[in-house]
Amino acid sequence: MPQIFRPSADSLARVAIATLVLLAIGIPTTVAIVQRSSLVTDVGVVQAQPVFFSHKHHVADDGIDCRYCHTSVEESPFAGMPSIEICMNCHRQIWNESPMLEPIRTSYRTGAPIAWKRVHDLPDFVYFDHSIHVAKGVGCETCHGRVDRMPLLWRVNTLQMDWCLECHRHPERQVRPRDQVFTMGWRPPGNDQIALGSRLVQAYGIQRKTDCSICHR
Amino acid sequence: MSPLNLRSGHSDSGREYWRILEDPGAAQPPSSAPAGSPDALTRRGFLGIMGASLAFAGGGGCSRPPSEPIVPYVRAPESVVPGKPLYFATAIALDGFSTGVLVESHEGRPTKIEGNPSHPAGRGSTDLFSQASILTLYDPDRARETTERGEVRQYEDFIRALRAAVDAERASGGAGVRILSDTVTSPTLAAQRRAILRSLPAARWHQWEPLMPTANATAGARLAFGRDAHTVHRLDRADVILALDAELLAGTPRSLADVRAFAERRRVAAQTEPRMNRLYAVEPALSLTGAKADHRWPLRARDVLPFAATLARRLGVETAALPAQVPGGIAASALDALARDLAAHRGASLVIAGDGQPPAVHALAHAMNAVLSNVGRTVVYTEPVALPPDPGDTLEALAEDMRAGRVRVLIVVAWNPVYAAAADLTFGQTLERIPFSAYLGLFHDETAEKCRWHVPAAHTLETWSDARAWDGTTSIVQPLIAPLYNGRSAHEIVALLDQGAAAPTSGYDIVRGYWTSTRRERDFERFWRRALHDGIVPDSAARPIDVALRPGWARAAASDAPTPPRGLEINFKPSAVVHDGRYANNGWLQELPQPLTSITWDNAAQLSPRTAGELGIRSEDVVALDYGGRRVLAPAWITPGHADGSVTVALGYGRTRAGRVGNGVGFDAYPLRTSRAPWFDDGLTVEKVGTTHPLAVAARHHDMQGRDLVVAGTLEAYHRDPNFVRARTSHTPRDRAGQPLSLYPDHPDAEYRWGMSIDLGACTACQACVVACYAENNIPVVGKAQVQAGRIMHWLRVDTYYAGSPDRPEVFHQPVPCMHCEKAPCEVVCPVNATVHSREGLNEMVYNRCVGTRYCSNNCPYKVRVFNFLQYADWETESLKLQRNPDVTVRSRGVMEKCTYCVQRINAARIEAEKQGRRIRDGEVVPACAAACPAQAIVFGDLNDPASAVHRLKQSPLDYALLGELGTRPRTTYLAALRNPNPDEAKA
Repeated sequence: MPQIFRPSADSLARVAIATLVLLAIGIPTTVAIVQRSSLVTDVGVVQAQPVFFSHKHHVADDGIDCRYCHTSVEESPFAGMPSIEICMNCHRQIWNESPMLEPIRTSYRTGAPIAWKRVHDLPDFVYFDHSIHVAKGVGCETCHGRVDRMPLLWRVNTLQMDWCLECHRHPERQVRPRDQVFTMGWRPPGNDQIALGSRLVQAYGIQRKTDCSICHR
Repeated sequence: MSPLNLRSGHSDSGREYWRILEDPGAAQPPSSAPAGSPDALTRRGFLGIMGASLAFAGGGGCSRPPSEPIVPYVRAPESVVPGKPLYFATAIALDGFSTGVLVESHEGRPTKIEGNPSHPAGRGSTDLFSQASILTLYDPDRARETTERGEVRQYEDFIRALRAAVDAERASGGAGVRILSDTVTSPTLAAQRRAILRSLPAARWHQWEPLMPTANATAGARLAFGRDAHTVHRLDRADVILALDAELLAGTPRSLADVRAFAERRRVAAQTEPRMNRLYAVEPALSLTGAKADHRWPLRARDVLPFAATLARRLGVETAALPAQVPGGIAASALDALARDLAAHRGASLVIAGDGQPPAVHALAHAMNAVLSNVGRTVVYTEPVALPPDPGDTLEALAEDMRAGRVRVLIVVAWNPVYAAAADLTFGQTLERIPFSAYLGLFHDETAEKCRWHVPAAHTLETWSDARAWDGTTSIVQPLIAPLYNGRSAHEIVALLDQGAAAPTSGYDIVRGYWTSTRRERDFERFWRRALHDGIVPDSAARPIDVALRPGWARAAASDAPTPPRGLEINFKPSAVVHDGRYANNGWLQELPQPLTSITWDNAAQLSPRTAGELGIRSEDVVALDYGGRRVLAPAWITPGHADGSVTVALGYGRTRAGRVGNGVGFDAYPLRTSRAPWFDDGLTVEKVGTTHPLAVAARHHDMQGRDLVVAGTLEAYHRDPNFVRARTSHTPRDRAGQPLSLYPDHPDAEYRWGMSIDLGACTACQACVVACYAENNIPVVGKAQVQAGRIMHWLRVDTYYAGSPDRPEVFHQPVPCMHCEKAPCEVVCPVNATVHSREGLNEMVYNRCVGTRYCSNNCPYKVRVFNFLQYADWETESLKLQRNPDVTVRSRGVMEKCTYCVQRINAARIEAEKQGRRIRDGEVVPACAAACPAQAIVFGDLNDPASAVHRLKQSPLDYALLGELGTRPRTTYLAALRNPNPDEAKA
């Protein structure tokens, strides 16, 4: 009876088994890495905007409070994007002939709004509310990073669910006094965030909210 | 313990409850996919599709989410906070009479309608029609263009043509000009009418609606009192109520106020010394009023007059020539007991005649109320609220003029007379001969087709107007959104007839101009803003008047006396869901299981089991209805509690030009309806044509397999033993805390424990809660074929249970949302943890995790989970996207869905409370169903708060858990239904 397999079949089988094992480890690993990379999360990717608006200039150089433009951040789920009118409050007077601001002036004249690129985009099945986070002492910086150092914005956090849950499970690691919510570069006194955070969690009645319906409905 | 044991072991009264009269000989309803449905797949096809789906699912996972830009305002409107809804007060009319509503608006787009708590009609509740009108606003089938004979024209062309046509008539004083409008309660429109008739004295203004809710009542008042009087019932003061073929509790502009007052007097749970009102009803077809009645007799509509006359005579009313014999089916002793009961509650009794009953019955009701000293107490007469119909201003008079060629300019601002006018008027054919006819309508419907001009109407939510409620309270109607399709209001069309070119032409100017001219306030702006904000004009309720019975009224009324019966009786009723047909293109309403029958997407000829048996008819047989030389084909439906020898048909179906949803749904009963007999007549013959028409009956699914679900008793039994409800489950094994034993793990307690209590004694099955749930939770419509396959998507259903004989059954309603079990059987079987328990006791559904195994639904004893089999939600149509609630996910196919207790509202309230550093107050979270309920049968709140309303209700001895013996510990519990039968009659 002739041999069905040639001697090389053994080697082939070993290689195949090794490849399968590698694939079984490699594919999930690759997916996990890609899923966390900026390819998917956009972390650190500078987003071009229709107008070169610099947070660095407005926040760090001019010292404008976040709430001057993001007017509804304390009362609404949506932080509020400034209307063109808010831009023009100042730019009617200063830089009022700057060619860089021409799209703003055009929009103001014609009434045609400007479509800004969304930097922090949550999926539609996530119902995030800015106002409650601000009220409970979550600083703007905690999620959005040092916008006072960003000429054009980029994302500093993945905004993925495990990142949200990290804080929802351990709020003491992140909360700050309410009067420091809008401060950039705030540091806890003595750099002891846990001590202060634990006190604030008590004082502000912060609960570890991890029920699904808190964010999804 | 088998379900069978449960039933026999627990039935409190040993009674059997049933949901549907299924003929055992008929084919059994399909349990899952019907044969020939698109789901009937071959094995190969199934594998192919599965393979393709897997491949696409893998590919779809690699896509990036769509990039969504942020487009901020250029100039932010005052008071709009992006992300926060605003509420505006306005009013929505039914049959001309308005209900005050608050409309939720998200950045200028209305999404949900709530009741206006300061409006006397609903006091915060709404009916199903106002709930559903938000969908009509965004209906993609709405007319968008002004047309002339179907050709698109500019609106300005129409104005020129109309002015030219009217100017040609000015010389004759407008002799050829006719205007046809709905019932006019709008003070502004009434003023416009006066102005038109001043400038065109020979013109005529006709008022018409398919269901004239005041026509017979007004005629009855003229008979009895010799003057116009508007009748307002005060059910809040009535102990004994008799409804003479009268639908009090649903479908009329009075219903919201009546249901509230009625339910208030039946709420035993909150009383220390329990008392209840008592409702008697006689009627041909089981109505929601009859279903709630403590005593009900099925009676042909023609027999109501002799019944009322007999009763009146026993009460001491001089009825002279009116026929008075007790109709068959009612024992003389029962009538005596009823008369004694009414007489014993002098000043606190109330006799109500139905809108479809002839003026003589209304006159008898007026006379009985007068003899019983009810006038000024339970019944109040006021000045007419609507413009009183003049005999010369009816649709019949208009049709006569049209036939005679006396009409040259006809402006129709009423809804769809070609479809709904009495058949003998042949309105459609004569309309085509009018040289200039114009129709203002939301849709390019049957009337638009026959009229020369059609102008798209603005929806109520796009209109400036005003309207009066049944009690006369006036509301200013303000728009929530600019007209989507350049719609115009009746005010704007009528204003075009005005000669003065300087006259205002925008709806806002017309309405505001009227109010400026009538108000005496020094600060008009302040009045105007107040009225708009509150949704009511202060002190605008109609003034009561004094009336006295006219001597000899009974002789005048005798002309209504019925002639000897010939053949079967035909009865016309408005549809409970599409009303007179104007909501036919509304998917929410078409798919709503009709109360009592639970039929969706169809109407049927209803008849009693005995009559059906005599005619050899089974449910779903197609029968030919022959009446007055006209023939209509309709599916039959055998209805418990229907009067023998009578057939009831619902109006509003069989539309041909309603739109994509409503065309060809059901059969059109209007061709049988004549101006001589708009409500009932005899001379009907019914015969089988040999085919069947399968109906989509929602009661055939979600069946809980005959277990003991409804708990009911009588007030007397409750007096004897208030704990009779609890006694029935006393042998359920319990733990030390008194809770039923369970194998499921305990959940730690949290700050709030949400719970719900539903009062079965108060629920009237009006279905407003179900429509409110559709609107709030973005629930998709699936269509008739899918309903037949058992795939209706409602998160909340109202089950109807019958007990006793099918001829005179007792009826119970049970709204069933998710029970939010503390020991939820659905949670433990989910392989992917897609349904989980929240700390506050909500049974949550995580759509993103759900893979569609449907194990949860299998394991749910309440059958409250619905599966999204196909892509039911419309993701394409732009206008429908505007309607959706932005706070709730629009689900895709392949996921389980269910009631969430409106968790979006809980979260909104929680965020507000947390920001203010306090607990959520009782009454701050109101789910959509509870908010809509006119009977206030649904109460929601925190069980941890001993002062909360829901906590107090759960302490009531009437509180019971549905299938509580299973140990699921549902957070939604029920208050047992109590009835208050007349002990006197029980003895008789």
